[in-house]
Amino acid sequence: MSTAFTLSCPMPVTQHKAIVLGHGSGGRLTAQLVRDLFLPAFDNPTLRKLDDQAVFDVAPGRIALTTDSYVVTPLFFPGGDIGRLAVNGTVNDLAMGGARPLYLTAAFIIEEGLSLEDLRRVTYSMAQAAAEAGVAIVTGDTKVVNRGCADKLFITTAGVGLVPDGISISASNARAGDVVIVSGPVGDHGITIWSTREGIEFGGTLKSDTAPLHSLVEAMIGAGDVHVLRDPTRGGLGTSLCEIAASSSMGIELDASAVPVREEVKAACEILGMDPLFVANEGRLVAMVPESSAERVLRAMRRVPQGQDACRIGRVAAEHAGMVLVKTEIGGSRILDVPFAEQLPRIC
Amino acid sequence: MCLAIPGKIVELGEKSCMRMGRIDYGGITREACLEFIPDPQIGEYVMVHVGFAISKVDAEEAARTYQYLAEMDQLEEIAVPEPPLETAT
Amino acid sequence: MKYIDEYRDRKMADKLAAEVRRVVTRPWAIMEVCGGQTHSIVKYGIDYLLPKEVELVHGPGCPVCVTPLEMIDRAHAIARQSGVIFCSFGDMLRVPGSHGDLFQVKAGGADVRIVYSPLDCLRIAAANPSRKVVFFAIGFETTAPANAMAVWQARAQGIRNFSVLVSHVLVPPAITGILEAPENRVQAFLGPGHVCAVMGYREYESVALRYRTPIVITGFEPLDLLEGTLMAVRQLEQGRAEVENQYGRAVGPDGNMDAQRMIRRVFEVCDRAWRGIGVIPNSGYRLNDEFREHDAETIFELGSIHAPEPAICISGQVLRGLKKPHDCPAFGRECTPQSPLGATMVSAEGACAAYYNYGRHLVTLQSQ
Repeated sequence: MSTAFTLSCPMPVTQHKAIVLGHGSGGRLTAQLVRDLFLPAFDNPTLRKLDDQAVFDVAPGRIALTTDSYVVTPLFFPGGDIGRLAVNGTVNDLAMGGARPLYLTAAFIIEEGLSLEDLRRVTYSMAQAAAEAGVAIVTGDTKVVNRGCADKLFITTAGVGLVPDGISISASNARAGDVVIVSGPVGDHGITIWSTREGIEFGGTLKSDTAPLHSLVEAMIGAGDVHVLRDPTRGGLGTSLCEIAASSSMGIELDASAVPVREEVKAACEILGMDPLFVANEGRLVAMVPESSAERVLRAMRRVPQGQDACRIGRVAAEHAGMVLVKTEIGGSRILDVPFAEQLPRIC
Repeated sequence: MCLAIPGKIVELGEKSCMRMGRIDYGGITREACLEFIPDPQIGEYVMVHVGFAISKVDAEEAARTYQYLAEMDQLEEIAVPEPPLETAT
Repeated sequence: MKYIDEYRDRKMADKLAAEVRRVVTRPWAIMEVCGGQTHSIVKYGIDYLLPKEVELVHGPGCPVCVTPLEMIDRAHAIARQSGVIFCSFGDMLRVPGSHGDLFQVKAGGADVRIVYSPLDCLRIAAANPSRKVVFFAIGFETTAPANAMAVWQARAQGIRNFSVLVSHVLVPPAITGILEAPENRVQAFLGPGHVCAVMGYREYESVALRYRTPIVITGFEPLDLLEGTLMAVRQLEQGRAEVENQYGRAVGPDGNMDAQRMIRRVFEVCDRAWRGIGVIPNSGYRLNDEFREHDAETIFELGSIHAPEPAICISGQVLRGLKKPHDCPAFGRECTPQSPLGATMVSAEGACAAYYNYGRHLVTLQSQ
């Protein structure tokens, strides 16, 4: 992660301290917002043209395209904010197909009354995240809705990337004997968001793990064969494993003791009665690679910052196809099942 | 029922005339009400349920239980044969 | 985490399970009372480690599951009233009443909030003096001292816009109820560890004696449950019927006197309806007269709410260990965790929900 990125805000003082409906009208206020905030923040030649579309060359090959919406509350939390989440999340969706991310779009739906200071912070955070990930935000849109019709700020993105020849990574590609690898400890993001949003004061160092993963993926692909990649966001690692098992019609055997969880996250989950396997992540990936590649891939992962804690957590099997079987910490057995909806804290 | 987690008292205080404490759960801390713990001490462990300490963890009892389990482990591994009688040379 | 990790040790678990295997000579049915214990058994696959002679039967130890439909409907009706801030532990949010769950009530415009301690409600009430803050006070005896303290503090701090909808249930009458049933097959109990941390275990001694049934007060970690099971099996094999305490690190015979004193100040024992079982006399708590002004049932006149249970549901028999979830014709079909018909499917600790999540593939597991 870059440390020396300094920002100077070129935005001049306007008479508005908060977003008004006029900022989304397409008229002068909108133009002022684009010119004074988005353009300097995201600055690149394509965006500077301010056309209705971004036109760019692509090398021949397969194009990866993804879209996502970000509605997180609160907007700012330890470890990141909605803007950083939006950039990293989009980059990661592309990276999970083995694609090199190139360009992003950013559409903002802003609730009337959002402070311009908050919007500025989010925008510059996106710019910083994009620079760290080596992608450009080349086109965008701005709408403003009445107070009460959106929760402060929604960001929708699309991302375009290029998939190198010979790469075929998909949730349906898991094969019997593949090793299941996770890139780092799970549960950081979800627990951070939950406790920040609910105002549960956990004294300690909980923070979101949001991070771009495409360099990690590049290192993995360079080191060996990779069959499956997934970034376990909503629903957590457990949900991703269930989805992969179903897509590939394979069984997955998960070693519960091998799944890394940071002490603080573990303690918070114990207190809330939540299972780290089903808590969201924003800077982790799970991979399935053939045994013959596993050691090389793990070594390559551990040389990249986002993969330094990468480890084996299970294997793919032909038996119990479509199911994830957990060997528990005490050697017992249970079936992992996708929860109905978001996990809730419990007292029972 | 009923989720209660062990944590260490690291700070003592008061709020609205209730005895309160800051509890360390190993990496994170949280406030809990200690009204149901007579004479709480810093460094002691308590079981916390819905933000209230409902009992102290008896360290001796805990050690006793775990010792018993560990001894079970050792008993099975000890199969020392009787030493042969020493013969005078 | 200290006092947690040591009780999840794999080697010790193997030793305990091996000892159970060594000691057991015939089949036994042992019921764990607490939903938290059921949760642990399922999460760690403890059944899987025990010999097939030992059958762990999931009991009615989930206050969420046993809250009657009428009470849930009452809660939803209160939440829908204008000016109300309805506070609840997370457990109750997805429990469906006759018309949807609290999430759906919230989507309809009600102010429903998750709290993590009853004291959170007092903060909300103090910050919103013109609103009526209502707290859904469910739980066993474990949660009663905390809920009592919230009411006590409301009085002490002059917080008048705070009330509780009480649905507390007590464990000993439930155990007695199970043992009284003519078709009862439960032969020993793993007693509720945290309930006893508050109440002690003296009141279980007469139960053990009268019904010649071993009761082992047990904790919640895997080694606790395995050790508790071992102690219960030993008693059964030796023909003993006593109360033993496996959970000595958190439980003493008399429990927590200060907590009990607070319960007595605010609550009194009353009859309670248990979903799937019916009314069990003297099996619940309600606010006593002194605190009537904080009683949501008195403040919000809702009239009588009649909520019939679906006829097909056999959760009463499952709760008592008489039937297994797959004995029910609706299990896994009309009745799933997403669309529960009765008490035992309603929360993740209910026997039917637990079986649904891992038991439906039991046949596959057993054949391996």
